[in-house]
Amino acid sequence: MKFSPLRRALVGTASVAAVALALTGCSGFGSTGSNTGSKVTITFLTQNDAADTAQAKALITGFEKKYPDVTVKLNTQPAGTQGDNLMKTKLSTKTMNDVFHYNSGSLFQALNPKTTMTDLSDQSWVNDLDKNFKEVVTAGGKVYGAPLGTSSAGGILYNKKIYQQLGLSVPTTWDEFIANGKKIQSADPSVTPVLQSFGDTWTSQLLVLGDFANINKQDPNWADNYTNNKGDAKYVNAPAFEGFQHTSEIVADGLVNKDYASMTNAQAMDALATGKAAQYPMLTSSMATVQQNEPNDMNDVGVFAIPSPDAKYTSLTLWEPNALYIPSTTKGDKLQAAKNFVAFANSSDGCTIQNQTGAAAGPYATSVCKLPSDAPDFIKDVQKYIDDDQASPALEFKSPIKGPNLETILVGVGSGTTTAQVGAQQYDQDVKAQAQQLGIKGW
Amino acid sequence: MTTTAVRIDPANPTKAPGRSRGDKRRGVRSPYPSWFYIPAGVLYLVFFALPTFSSFYFALTRWTLFSQQFIGLGNFVQFFQTPALTQGFINTLIYGFLTSAAKVVLGLALALLLTSPIFGRGYLRAVVFFPVLVSTVGVGLTFKSLLDPFHGVVNSVLGFFHLPQPGWYTDPHLALLTVAGVDIWKGVGIATLIFMAGIVAIPSEYFEAARVDGAGSWNVFRNVTLPLVRPAMATVIILSLIGGLRSFDLIWAMTNGGPGFSSDVIASVIYKQYQAGFFGLSTAGNVILFIVVTAIMVPVQWLLNRREAEL
Repeated sequence: MKFSPLRRALVGTASVAAVALALTGCSGFGSTGSNTGSKVTITFLTQNDAADTAQAKALITGFEKKYPDVTVKLNTQPAGTQGDNLMKTKLSTKTMNDVFHYNSGSLFQALNPKTTMTDLSDQSWVNDLDKNFKEVVTAGGKVYGAPLGTSSAGGILYNKKIYQQLGLSVPTTWDEFIANGKKIQSADPSVTPVLQSFGDTWTSQLLVLGDFANINKQDPNWADNYTNNKGDAKYVNAPAFEGFQHTSEIVADGLVNKDYASMTNAQAMDALATGKAAQYPMLTSSMATVQQNEPNDMNDVGVFAIPSPDAKYTSLTLWEPNALYIPSTTKGDKLQAAKNFVAFANSSDGCTIQNQTGAAAGPYATSVCKLPSDAPDFIKDVQKYIDDDQASPALEFKSPIKGPNLETILVGVGSGTTTAQVGAQQYDQDVKAQAQQLGIKGW
Repeated sequence: MTTTAVRIDPANPTKAPGRSRGDKRRGVRSPYPSWFYIPAGVLYLVFFALPTFSSFYFALTRWTLFSQQFIGLGNFVQFFQTPALTQGFINTLIYGFLTSAAKVVLGLALALLLTSPIFGRGYLRAVVFFPVLVSTVGVGLTFKSLLDPFHGVVNSVLGFFHLPQPGWYTDPHLALLTVAGVDIWKGVGIATLIFMAGIVAIPSEYFEAARVDGAGSWNVFRNVTLPLVRPAMATVIILSLIGGLRSFDLIWAMTNGGPGFSSDVIASVIYKQYQAGFFGLSTAGNVILFIVVTAIMVPVQWLLNRREAEL
């Protein structure tokens, strides 16, 4: 069947129209905010949970008071993998907000900072940064991010009252930890020795991710070898296998709560703070839940490092705070206003606001900010590990590779449906997939 | 543009056939002028043709949204090495065929009931159709709370009668079946509606004739209703099977593919790759899903249509 000239012309017009439509569909989002006279409007993007939004609003109010010529509009989006993809989309289509709040470390590196972000190395607050933090917002020798909020630790949160009543001491080896669990179980069967909360699947990863400081202590090159696929830096091999083994061991020993499969993180934190459970492998940032729901029980919860099988390796794994970034698409007056906003967050005024609004989960990453004098006790536990040089950053701050299925695999291991061995094998496969997708050499 | 139209030419009945070639062409024309097609054509190109063909290309790249690199069939190789895929593949088939079969059987049974002269028929029809109207994610979250193994209503009632209280969606052996059950509950209304239309369309003479011949209820169903409702059945099977094979939203709302990988289907595996930022890899997964659905549906449709023709 042949096309008549008219048809051909129509098809041609239609194709042109199609392309035009596609192009117009992609533009038109760029101009957010406007310049009216001397007044500059910038936008600030943060996560849509209550704590982050509240902190952002307080920061904006403080900033606008100090800089009356600048208006800051708040935008929010979900956190987690959904947020990761939104970030990438906004940056690659050049529609990112003027200042945005996002993870540091490997997730920051995945945003391709060298081309998508503004270099902030020359800003005055950079000199005040903690060196560990500086590393996790640096790409190609340039600093791109300023911290917002405190660092946090991943370890075993425990109920100090229960420990006191039973005369238990903080375990330094894994065997001591299991022994403590068994003592708690026999002393009062209604108290859960170890909480797991697979209702929020991400919580299943703590015994593996929080064990990294122990691995690092045994083999400081582990993270490099893991990234470059060298030697036996695999999860099926010691020492990294420990985390998988521990996850399956606590279930096999019957130390875990019965409703682990549907319990959520918030429920688990409530159970821990109110003494219905004794221990919970978790991040200290979850203490925000306790601060909100059971503020009076706040100082009943402490934290200790996930014990290594050998006491001399036991150390605490730290997560660096998230950071504020400016995309490379922000220019002119807006760029200056955005830089002022970032600097404000890291000034003493900004610190005061952070102390008032954010639930501290560990030390700050900038020397300008100091924890309030009434900071909860568990932060002292974290600080002690740091002061004793018994702490190191999590793997995600040392390597760009983290397999996306770790939480799912560990739910299988932690429910007893997958053995630790098989789980570790599956995760090594997952890591390989991630490394290949990132295009890392040697895989 | 069909050639058959040349012989009939309803648009120009007055024109005598056998004129110049140009006139004949004009006779081939559809009842609408050509510019009428432009809006639909543009929409089709931009939203269907372009994404389809570009996805076949992106399936062959390592694509981070910032950059892309052509890597041939690497994504497909990697996809088949994904630990969850084998399980997801089997689960997809179980889920698709189970929900489809249940919708056919239950849908037909309900359609028979709701086309009979029973009390409150209109109300009952509305009740059966109601779940279709509700958002799938809403249904998923509702059932998740109803079936909660420790605090859910269902297990509380079971516990009251001292019956076993299964971990509906937290037990790896049950999770997929639980979601399939909810899917059937939600989708059976559509199947019922299609079957009802099929049953109502059967001329009442057939039933009268069968009755006169002394056929009982079972024989009327077996020899009149069932064969004549077959076109409706083919529609239900095809729609529910395609729906089941590419099902995602309900599974995601209820279990996220878990616990572990026990209720993962191909669509949820693909979504997880998107979440991980593996855009090329997940596009490859979509191409695989497309091929799988086609490979199953083409023979099924051919089989169903052939039977229909034989009637």
